[in-house]
Amino acid sequence: MELDAIPYLPRGVRLHFDKVRDTWVLLAPERAITLDQVGQAILSELDGTRSFGQITDDLAAKYNAPKDQIVQDSAGFLKALRDRRFLEVQ
Amino acid sequence: MALDRSAIRPPIAMLAELTHRCPLSCPYCSNPVELTRINSELDTETWQSVFKQAGELGVLQLHLSGGEPASRRDLETLVTSARDAGLYTNLITSGIGLTERRLKALDEAGLDHIQLSLQGTDAPMADQIGGYKGGFDRKMKVAEWIADIGFPLTLNAVLHRRNLHQLPRALEMAVEMGARRIEVATVQFHGWALKNRDTLMPTREQAREADRIVSEARAALKGTLVIDYVPADYHSDFPKRCMGGWGTTGLNVAPDGKVLPCHAAETIPHLQFDNVRDKSLSDIWYDNSAFQAYRGTDWMSEPCQSCERKTVDFGGCRCQAMAIVGDASATDPVCIKSPHHGALQAQADAHASVADAPLVYREAPGKESEPAE
Ligand code: SF4
Ligand code: SF4
Repeated sequence: MELDAIPYLPRGVRLHFDKVRDTWVLLAPERAITLDQVGQAILSELDGTRSFGQITDDLAAKYNAPKDQIVQDSAGFLKALRDRRFLEVQ
Repeated sequence: MALDRSAIRPPIAMLAELTHRCPLSCPYCSNPVELTRINSELDTETWQSVFKQAGELGVLQLHLSGGEPASRRDLETLVTSARDAGLYTNLITSGIGLTERRLKALDEAGLDHIQLSLQGTDAPMADQIGGYKGGFDRKMKVAEWIADIGFPLTLNAVLHRRNLHQLPRALEMAVEMGARRIEVATVQFHGWALKNRDTLMPTREQAREADRIVSEARAALKGTLVIDYVPADYHSDFPKRCMGGWGTTGLNVAPDGKVLPCHAAETIPHLQFDNVRDKSLSDIWYDNSAFQAYRGTDWMSEPCQSCERKTVDFGGCRCQAMAIVGDASATDPVCIKSPHHGALQAQADAHASVADAPLVYREAPGKESEPAE
């Protein structure tokens, strides 16, 4: 994802805490995707105003982790979500 | 040998067949040939309790289906309860019975997603297949309201010999309606469709052509339209996978409260089902003998038992093994390793070459019906 893109979850795609399995999931048409820590951290930051670059800056500061690492770790996951139209960019 | 309770994971998805009533009478309807009458349907309170139990059991996705779920006057109330139970709520509908007012109420109730069925891409085809005059025009109106409200939409096109040539137009329509996803489903021969194989069975050429159109469209529409495809399985070499495995991911609640491992499970005569009127959903999921019957892989015989694909397709469809081979624990006859594969393919070609076979429409619940095949 380009750093200046503004990603958001479209209507019909939402985060949900699964109490039975004790994990965060992303709910979308016909899918429930179990989220790892990076996935959950990024998706819960999406607000439709901040860019991917700003979000990863904030996460890097918050978790004291290199920004490049976060961008790299989430690239495949975000692309897969976009390909299924579970994530859109403005 | 049945699986130990601790080895069974909770279900992810539940299909709630709210009613068998429907204004349409599609000849491939997956409802059982013995339909539930209105006075045997679960009432509002019982469905609400079932949704709550489902959420507590671990269900994340709820599909409200039928028949036509809009035939239930309490649909809006049921959607509210489903969302309160924490469920992602999807409505599977023909659109008939929905008005702009009802759609707005469903929006307020929190409905997450709509799946709209498509019987054909123009009125003559769609109304002939659905057996309901004016149905296509009404559906197009409903699609407009859905888009105006902004509901996420999947178009669900069911294809067979009579309408497979309309696939390219169906893909265009999905894009025009603003759908993010289309399900291109070649008809599966369960329920009423088994009576209609002579008129619905696609030819081998049609099946290959559909494969080609889908793969080209997937490339051309990447990022615009997601295409989920169910190919014609009588013409395949490997069977369709049985969900995520029998009794592992999903369950079905019939209009009268019977809980089934899948929508076609009642065609397996020796299975015993439980009802939400008598037992909790959790006890049924973990202990009912019909769910236990084909869990795991111990029940499999050869060639599945020693096959490397046994946890990929789970031996294919139990209901199809029952319908074609007469043994629900047999290898799905679609599989190239099944001793019945050759006969099935020959049978498929024979069905596909019958000219002018009439459509046998689904009947309305409560009428006399023929015995299941
Ligand atoms: S033999 Fe059984 S497990 Fe193997 S591919 Fe065929 S149906 Fe699947
Ligand atoms: S048994 Fe057949 S109809 Fe039932 S879920 Fe499995 S594949 Fe589908």
